[in-house]
Amino acid sequence: MQRRDFLTLSALGGGAVFLSGLAGCAHGSGYASEGSFYFVQLSDTHWGYKGPANPDAGVTLRKAVAAVNALPEQPDFIFFTGDLTHTTDDPDERRRRLTEFKSIIGDLKVRNIRLIPGEHDASLDRGTAYKEFFGDTYYTFDHKGIHFIALDNVSDPGGLVDEEQLAWLKADLAKLDKQAPIVVLTHRPLFDLVPKWDWATRNGADVMAALMPYQNVTVFYGHIHQEHHHMTAHIPHHSAKSLIFPLPAPGSQDKRTPLPWDAAHPYQGLGFREVDAEAASHTFKATEFPVVASS
Amino acid sequence: MKLRAKPLSRRATLQCMLGLTSIGMTAAPLLAGLSQAQAQTQDSPALRQIDMTAQRFKFTPEEIPLKAGERVVLAIKSLDFIHGMHIPDLGVRVDLLPGQITRIEIQPQHSGIIDFLCDNFCGGGHEDMHGRFIVSA
Repeated sequence: MQRRDFLTLSALGGGAVFLSGLAGCAHGSGYASEGSFYFVQLSDTHWGYKGPANPDAGVTLRKAVAAVNALPEQPDFIFFTGDLTHTTDDPDERRRRLTEFKSIIGDLKVRNIRLIPGEHDASLDRGTAYKEFFGDTYYTFDHKGIHFIALDNVSDPGGLVDEEQLAWLKADLAKLDKQAPIVVLTHRPLFDLVPKWDWATRNGADVMAALMPYQNVTVFYGHIHQEHHHMTAHIPHHSAKSLIFPLPAPGSQDKRTPLPWDAAHPYQGLGFREVDAEAASHTFKATEFPVVASS
Repeated sequence: MKLRAKPLSRRATLQCMLGLTSIGMTAAPLLAGLSQAQAQTQDSPALRQIDMTAQRFKFTPEEIPLKAGERVVLAIKSLDFIHGMHIPDLGVRVDLLPGQITRIEIQPQHSGIIDFLCDNFCGGGHEDMHGRFIVSA
């Protein structure tokens, strides 16, 4: 059985979906072929949360780690798109939560782990504690022909990409061909999804304007605790499920209160995502997984 | 729903930082510490002022009844944090500096619900810090 076949069979959380590019190009290309790989996106773990929306918050992250470790083939890398910890006013408690989070994800088999902060991690101290544990809040890396750009739209409590970072982004993009395959990873949506719920980046339009000349850009983000897909012209945006509690569908109710915990279906609405990537065709295929490892 | 408001510019934000009114001011009176628009506001009997406070994690009041077409001034005092006042449907947002009164003029044109929220992350209850104008005909 090929890996893709396995994914289709085992993705209890919703099956595989082509996210961008020429979907047909990915079929028939073996996993081991040059330029093909996959990574895992985990998001919004909110370590330290205590509340009725997830009475099992103390073990959910560990279950997710176990689920990722149980994958028959391990990803090239794992990316956490923010809100690693739940916010606290106490700087010592914030560092304690970051310490525990780092220890738990230390059990992941894959050692290539990359992260960005969410507002719960970084907004109250402008990323000071986060940087002590995980380094820069925005950066780039290249992997098998794809240029990855990790953006920080949370260290400023206003939920924006500050001017220094925006200049850095433009300088980085200026070095790239307009056809270069680019993946942007961020916490908050870069478009106005639901402004009345603060599901936006205040200057997201500036970021998108910088990205717009590039023809092969795909954005993965978190923040909204559910899978969602959106297009800004030719640029797709894909949000991931959370690993703490699901939130209501965008704009579906007055308040963005967490969906109630269902004791009959624990962890419902939580999960993580695998992303199959093909640099040559700029094809991404997502497979959604539940928190609990399939047997 | 067609709504109208006076959105705040960078200049308005500066005005707020200086603890002055955000309504229609020009640079000259701002520097002089005297606002012509502020005086106009005070002289206008039609312009009702609504006093508000912003404090983690609540606006007071949270629900504000308005009449369609009524011009009002929101006079908002933040008590503890640089909260944000964002009214997406009116294209209005401003930082609320602690200890200062920030004034925002709005004039909803039609009945309906207009949401507002704090859009500066202020802590564990930030997601609950919002309110709404209930605009009647």
